[in-house]
Amino acid sequence: MSAETAVDETTRLRVATAWLGGCSGCHMSFLDLDEKLLDLAAMADLVYGPLTDTKEFPPNVDVTLVEGAVTNEDNLELARAVRSNSRYVVSFGDCAVSGNITSLRNSMGDPTELVRRVYVDHPDINGHFPSEVVPALLPHSEPLHEVIPIDVYLPGCPPSAERIWTLLSRLLESLAAGEGIPDLTWRGPEDLRFG
Amino acid sequence: MRPRTGPRPNVPVTIDGVEHQAYEGETLLELARRVGVRIPTLCHLEGLSVYGGCRLCVVEVAGDRRLSPACALEVTAELEVTTQSWDLHEHRRRIVELLFAEGDHVCAFCVSSGSCELQDLATEHDVDHIHYDFAHPDQAVDASHPKYSLDRNRCVLCTRCVRVCDEVEGAHVWDMAMRGSQGRIVAGMDQPWGEVADCTWCGKCVLVCPTGALSFKGRATSEMVHDPDVVAFLAAAREDGEWLDRKADA
Ligand code: SF4
Ligand code: FES
Repeated sequence: MSAETAVDETTRLRVATAWLGGCSGCHMSFLDLDEKLLDLAAMADLVYGPLTDTKEFPPNVDVTLVEGAVTNEDNLELARAVRSNSRYVVSFGDCAVSGNITSLRNSMGDPTELVRRVYVDHPDINGHFPSEVVPALLPHSEPLHEVIPIDVYLPGCPPSAERIWTLLSRLLESLAAGEGIPDLTWRGPEDLRFG
Repeated sequence: MRPRTGPRPNVPVTIDGVEHQAYEGETLLELARRVGVRIPTLCHLEGLSVYGGCRLCVVEVAGDRRLSPACALEVTAELEVTTQSWDLHEHRRRIVELLFAEGDHVCAFCVSSGSCELQDLATEHDVDHIHYDFAHPDQAVDASHPKYSLDRNRCVLCTRCVRVCDEVEGAHVWDMAMRGSQGRIVAGMDQPWGEVADCTWCGKCVLVCPTGALSFKGRATSEMVHDPDVVAFLAAAREDGEWLDRKADA
C-alpha cells in the first residue's frame, strides 16, 4: 500500500478487536506485535476493542478479531454486533475457534451449579448469586462459529504475534487493494496449530 | 525401517503414478514408507500388530470404489493406488475433526501439546476449526497408578497401549470396553490402574500413546514427550536376539 492511500481518511481501513469469554491472552499476543503495531497503524485505524475507549461497537468495520468463546449473554450480544457491523470476522485464538478452556464447563452440565460453587460456596464471607454486573452464563459455552458465521480462523493459545501478523498484514493488504480474503495458505513462517 | 534380506522385491505396485517394486507380503504402508511416500497414520505403529481402526491411512485403489487402509492392505501385483487427492485430504480432515469433536482434546493445557500425533495431523490437514458439535464427554480420569495417569477424555481409542502391553510387554493390562461413544480403555478387569497387579510399571503404553491420554505423572502442559519408536527398536532387537546370551547358544 502506498503512503498516499494510507493517510487518505476516506479509504482508511477500520480494524476492531473484541474480547468475549477468553483470558485476554490473545490480546496480549496482539500487543506483542511490537513495532509491527506501527505498520498496522499506517494501514488501518483501530476503532474498537479493549485497547480503545469506545463503548458501542461501531459500524463499517473492515476486519474484527474476536477473542474468546461465547459463554455469557454479553458475549452473545457483542458477537452479534460484531457480525452485523464487520465485513470480515476473524475467529481469534483457540477459545473462539474451539471453545477451549472456557468451554470445559460444558461437561459439568447446568451452569447454575458452577456459579454456586464459585460465588456462593467458595467465598469466606458474603457468598451470594451475582445479580448485577456479572452477566448470566449461557447453558453452554460455544465456539464463535456456532453463533455467527466466520470468515477466517486463527487458532493458537494464544496465536503468536507472527501468526497474527501473517494473517492481518495479508488480509489488510488485500482489502486495501480492493480484493477479498486472500489465499491464506498457512505454510508460512509458522504452521497453523491448536494450543 | 528394517533392512530386508532374502529375495529382491519383485511385486510391481504403482503409487501416485510411479511404479515401485514391493516385497511379497509387504503392506502398502510399508512399501510407501520404504520408498518415501508419506501416508498419514494414527493407530498404526511399527512393531505392533495391524489394527486398521483409525482410517487416517486410507488410499484410493484403482478398480475399487471403496477406500482401503494402507496399513492393512497387502500388496498384490499390478496394484495401483492414489495416496494424495482432494477427496482423501477431505476424508482424513473429517476423521481428525471427528476425533477432536468426540473427546476433550484441549491442546492449550495438555501435557502432550507439542508431542501429539493428533495435533500434528490437524496441522497437516489444515484443520483450523471443528465443523462438528463438541461432545464434551465426561469420561473418568484414572490417576490411581503411582507413576502414570490416564485421561480418557483425550483417548482416541487407537489401542496402541492395548497392543504394546499384550504383544511386547506380555502383561495384557489394557483392554477395550463398551462400544461407540461409550467406548473406553480399561485396566485389568475394569479396575483402577493402580490396583492392577499385572502392571509391571514398564511405561510402554505411555510412550506409545499418540495423544495426552497416557502420561507420566508430574508433567505440566507440554512437558510430556512420547517415544513411540521404542516399539520398532524393541521388536528389531528381539528379532536379532540382542538380549540372548550368545555364548550359551554357541
Ligand atoms: S490411551 Fe493412548 S494409546 Fe491407549 S487407546 Fe487411548 S490414545 Fe491409544
Ligand atoms: S493407520 Fe491405518 S487404519 Fe489407522
